[in-house]
Amino acid sequence: MNQWEVVIGIETHAQLATVSKIFSGASTAFGAEPNTQACAVDLALPGVLPVLNKKAVECAIRFGLAIGAEVAQKSVFARKNYFYPDLPKGYQISQMDLPVVVGGNITLQVGQGDKAYEKVVRLTRAHLEEDAGKSLHEDFHGKSGIDLNRAGTPLLEIVSEPDMRSSDEAVAYAKALHALVRWIGICDGNMQEGSFRCDANVSVRPKGQAEFGTRREIKNLNSFRFLKEAIDFEVQWQINEIEEGRKIQQATVLFDPDSGETRMMRSKEDAHDYRYFPDPDLLPLIISSDWINRVKGELPELPGQKRERFVNELGLSAYDAITLTASQEMADYFESTVAIAGKANAKPCANWVMVDLAARLNKEGKELVESPVSAAQLAGLIQRIADNTISNNIAKKVFEALWNGEGATADDVIEKQGLKQITDSGAIEALVDEVLAANPANVAEFKAGKEKAFNALVGQVMKAAKGKANPQQVNDLLRQKLAAG
Amino acid sequence: MINASLKQLSQALAAKQISSVELTQLFLDRINRLNPALNAFVTVDTEKSLNSARAADARIAAGTAGLLTGIPIAQKDIFCAEGWRTTCGSKMLANFVSPYDATVIRKMEGEAGLVSLGKTNMDEFAMGSSNETSYFGPVRNPWDNGRVPGGSSGGSAAAVAARLAPAATGTDTGGSIRQPAALCNLTGLKPTYGVVSRYGMIAFASSLDQAGPMAASAEDCALLLNSMAGYDERDSTSLERPAEDYARDLDKPLAGLRIGLPKEFFGEGCDAEVMAAVRAAIAEYEKLGATTVEISLPNSHLSVPAYYVIAPAEASSNLSRFDGVRYGFRAEDYGNLDDMYMKSRAQGFGAEVKRRIMIGAYVLSHGYYDAYYLQAQRIRRLIANDFVEAFKVCDVIMGPTSPSTAFTLGEKAADPVQMYLSDIYTIAVNLAGLPGMSVPCGFAGGLPVGLQLIGNYFAEAQLLNVAHRYQQACDWHLRRPAGIE
Repeated sequence: MNQWEVVIGIETHAQLATVSKIFSGASTAFGAEPNTQACAVDLALPGVLPVLNKKAVECAIRFGLAIGAEVAQKSVFARKNYFYPDLPKGYQISQMDLPVVVGGNITLQVGQGDKAYEKVVRLTRAHLEEDAGKSLHEDFHGKSGIDLNRAGTPLLEIVSEPDMRSSDEAVAYAKALHALVRWIGICDGNMQEGSFRCDANVSVRPKGQAEFGTRREIKNLNSFRFLKEAIDFEVQWQINEIEEGRKIQQATVLFDPDSGETRMMRSKEDAHDYRYFPDPDLLPLIISSDWINRVKGELPELPGQKRERFVNELGLSAYDAITLTASQEMADYFESTVAIAGKANAKPCANWVMVDLAARLNKEGKELVESPVSAAQLAGLIQRIADNTISNNIAKKVFEALWNGEGATADDVIEKQGLKQITDSGAIEALVDEVLAANPANVAEFKAGKEKAFNALVGQVMKAAKGKANPQQVNDLLRQKLAAG
Repeated sequence: MINASLKQLSQALAAKQISSVELTQLFLDRINRLNPALNAFVTVDTEKSLNSARAADARIAAGTAGLLTGIPIAQKDIFCAEGWRTTCGSKMLANFVSPYDATVIRKMEGEAGLVSLGKTNMDEFAMGSSNETSYFGPVRNPWDNGRVPGGSSGGSAAAVAARLAPAATGTDTGGSIRQPAALCNLTGLKPTYGVVSRYGMIAFASSLDQAGPMAASAEDCALLLNSMAGYDERDSTSLERPAEDYARDLDKPLAGLRIGLPKEFFGEGCDAEVMAAVRAAIAEYEKLGATTVEISLPNSHLSVPAYYVIAPAEASSNLSRFDGVRYGFRAEDYGNLDDMYMKSRAQGFGAEVKRRIMIGAYVLSHGYYDAYYLQAQRIRRLIANDFVEAFKVCDVIMGPTSPSTAFTLGEKAADPVQMYLSDIYTIAVNLAGLPGMSVPCGFAGGLPVGLQLIGNYFAEAQLLNVAHRYQQACDWHLRRPAGIE
C-alpha cells in the first residue's frame, strides 16, 4: 500500500433548489404520487419544447461566484442521446463543450485536531443539466414502473480535478462541497432523497510516477460513508489487481453497500456514444455582467470570507475558523453565541461550540439545529465563566442541566442548584485551613518536594467546597499557607 | 362559395349570408365526397368541426368575431390539437390523441376562431417531397390523380387545390410548403425562422422547421399568417418582436423593386418548360416596374448535402422520444427492453424515417461529428452569408420553386437522391432561416409551375406584396383543376 498513490476526482450532481423544473413549469417537490409532477414537456409529448428556468441559471452563477470560478458569458446546452425508459426524450439536455462555470476551487480541512491539514481542491467545471426520472423495479410483477416526477429537475454537475489523494480527502471535499451548496442556498443537500450524489473517479499509481493510472468510476454514491467505503475497497482492489500482474481496464462500477464491494457496470468498450450536439431548441445561454453583479450582491457572506473575519477580527486560529465554517448552521450558531457573549469571549465560544457542544450532539446523534441548548443559553453560560461566577468544571454541570431542560438560562440553573462559585477569600481560607489541618501527610509530602501532593490538597479543598470554590483563589491561598507554614 | 377568398368568406359570414356551421358543412360534404380519391385528410371529425363552427357563429352573433372567425381550414397533421388524433403521418402515432394544443392551433382556432375541418395527410414526420412516405398512403394531386402533390405538406396542398378547404397550414423544413404549393398551383409561405411558434408542432429538424400558410392567394396567406405568427414564450427560438400586420403592404406598387436572379437557379437541372414559365413571370414583374439583377449564391450547390447532414442529425435525436414507452406504437411481442425498443421502432417507423435516423446517428457519432455535422454547420453559415451578400444588391430573389412539375407516383420513390434533389431550390432558404414563397406562375404540360420568392429576414410583408401585385396582374393562381366545380 505504501508504494502506491491514490488519485481521486469527484463528479457531484447537486439538485438545484428551484420551485419548478429546469425546462418546464412543473413542480420539483419531492415525494409526490408518481407522475403527478410531470407536465407535457417532462413527458416528452410530441411537439413540446424546453424553456430554460432562469432560477436554475442563478444557482449556477451563485456557485461560480462562491468558488471563485469564471461564470461563462456564453454557454451552450447540448443533447446527450441515449435510450432509457426513465429518459423520456431519449436524450438528456446537458452542457458539453461550453459549460456555465469554469475553474474555481474549494478549501477544505482534512482530518481533525493535530493531524488536521488544509487542502485546496481545484474544480474543472460545473454545468447545468436535467435529471432523469426513476425506474421502479418492485411491485410491478415482472415489469418496471416509470416515475417521471424527477425528470427535468435541475442539476448542477460539479466536476473536480483529480486532486484528492485519499478517501479522507475525498470525503472532506464532498463534505465541504455539500456545506457550500447549502450555504449559498442552491441545494437542500438531502442525500437520502438524492439531492446530492457523487461519482468518484479512482485510480492508483506507483508513488513518484507522473502519469495517472487507469481510472474506474464509481457511480451514484449517496452518503459520505459509502463514498469512503467504496473508494477504500476500490483502491485495495486496484492495487491487488496490479500487484497480481493484471491491468486496470477503464470501467464504470457500482458500489454495493451490503457487501461493501464495487462491481463492474460497463467497460469502456460498452460505453455509449452519446452523440452530443448543441440543442437546436435552446439558444446559447448568455449571462451578462449585470446579471452576475446582481447575483453577487445577493450572495451571503461566504465560508472563506467568514474564516478570514474569524481570524482577523475574533483572533481565532485558522483551524478553528475552518471548523466553525464547515456549515452555515455551525457558523450561525457560533456567531449568535459571540454576539451575546462578546467578542472578548470568542475563543471560549469557539471551544464550547466545537468541542463540548459538538461532543454532546454527537453522543445523541443530533444535528446542530436540534440542539436543546440554544446559542443564547450557551452564551449566558460562557459569560458566567468569564465573570468567575462559575468555574469551567461547574460550567459543564450547568451545560448538562441546560441540555436536560433543568433551567431556562445558565443563571437560572446556577441559582436553583446553588452552583455559584465561592470567591469570598475568608470562606476559602477557612476551608484551606481545615484541609491543611486534616491532611498532615500530604503537607509533609509537598514539603518534601512532591508537587503531586499539592494537587491532592487542591482536590480536598474543592471537595469540601462542593466544587464551587474559585480554583485560582484556592491555588493561591494554598501556596501562600504552605509557604508560610 | 368554395372558390371564395378568405376576405370574401369573412364578409359573407359577417353579413350573415352564410353561417360558419353551413360553411363548415359545405366543406365537410366535399371532403366526404372527394377525399377518398385524393387521400388528403387522414382525420375528419364532423362533430368537433361543427362544434367549433357553432362557437364561431356565437362569436359572430355576439359581435366578438375577428376577421377569420368561422372560416374553415385544414390543419397539417403535424400540429398537436387537443382531442384530435395527431399522427404526423406515422404508424408510430396512428393512435395518438393529443392532450394539448400546439401554439399555432391555439392561436388560429382558439383566438382567431378558425374552424378545423380535420388533419391533413403528410409525409411521415415531414420527411419526403411527394407524400408517398405517409403511413396512411400517398396523396393524389388534384391536377392529375396519377401524380404526387409534393410533400411533405401534400395533404394540405391537395386539400386546398381541390377546394376541400379554403386554406391550410403547412410546415417547411426544406421546402415542404413551397414545393407542394408549386405542384398544386397554390400560394405558400414559409416565414423567417422564429416568426411562427414551433410549440406543439412535431419536430423534424428543429433548427429548420417553420410553419406557414398554404392558400389560393398571397392575400389569403397574409391574413392566415396574421393569425399564426407571434412571439411564444413556450418556444425559446421564437423571436420577440412586435406583432405586425402582414397584409399592410399588399397593394404597394412594385416600381423600383430590384429582383435578384441567382445564376445558380437558372442553369442546368431544371425542366425547360418550368424555366420558361418562371422567365415569363419575371418578365411580367418587369412590366410592373421591377428591375432584375443577376446575383450569385456560390455555395448553393452545397445546400442539399449540408441539409442531409443537419436535418437527419436533428431528426435522429428528435425522434428518439418515440420509443414505445409512454405513448404511441409498441410492438406486441418482445423479449426485453432493448428488444421492445428495436421492434417498436423497426415496426413503427417507415423506411424513409429510418434512413434519416440512421444517417443522423451516423453523422453525430464519435469520430464523424467533425467531418459531417460541424462541416455542414460551416457550410450553413456560408450559405447564409451568400444571401446577406445578395440582399445588398436586390430586394427579393426569384427563381423556380421546384425543378420539375408534379412527378408520377412511384417515379422517384425508389431513388432517394432524385427525391432529395426536388428540393434543390428551396433548401438553402431553410438553412439561412429566410422567408420564402411559392406563387403559381403558369403551367408546363398542363401541370402547375411555381415561382419562388425569397426575401430578407422578416420581409414577409414585402414578399406578400410582391406576390399579391403579380396576382393582381395575372390569374394563374385562380386556375382550378378540372372537375372541381
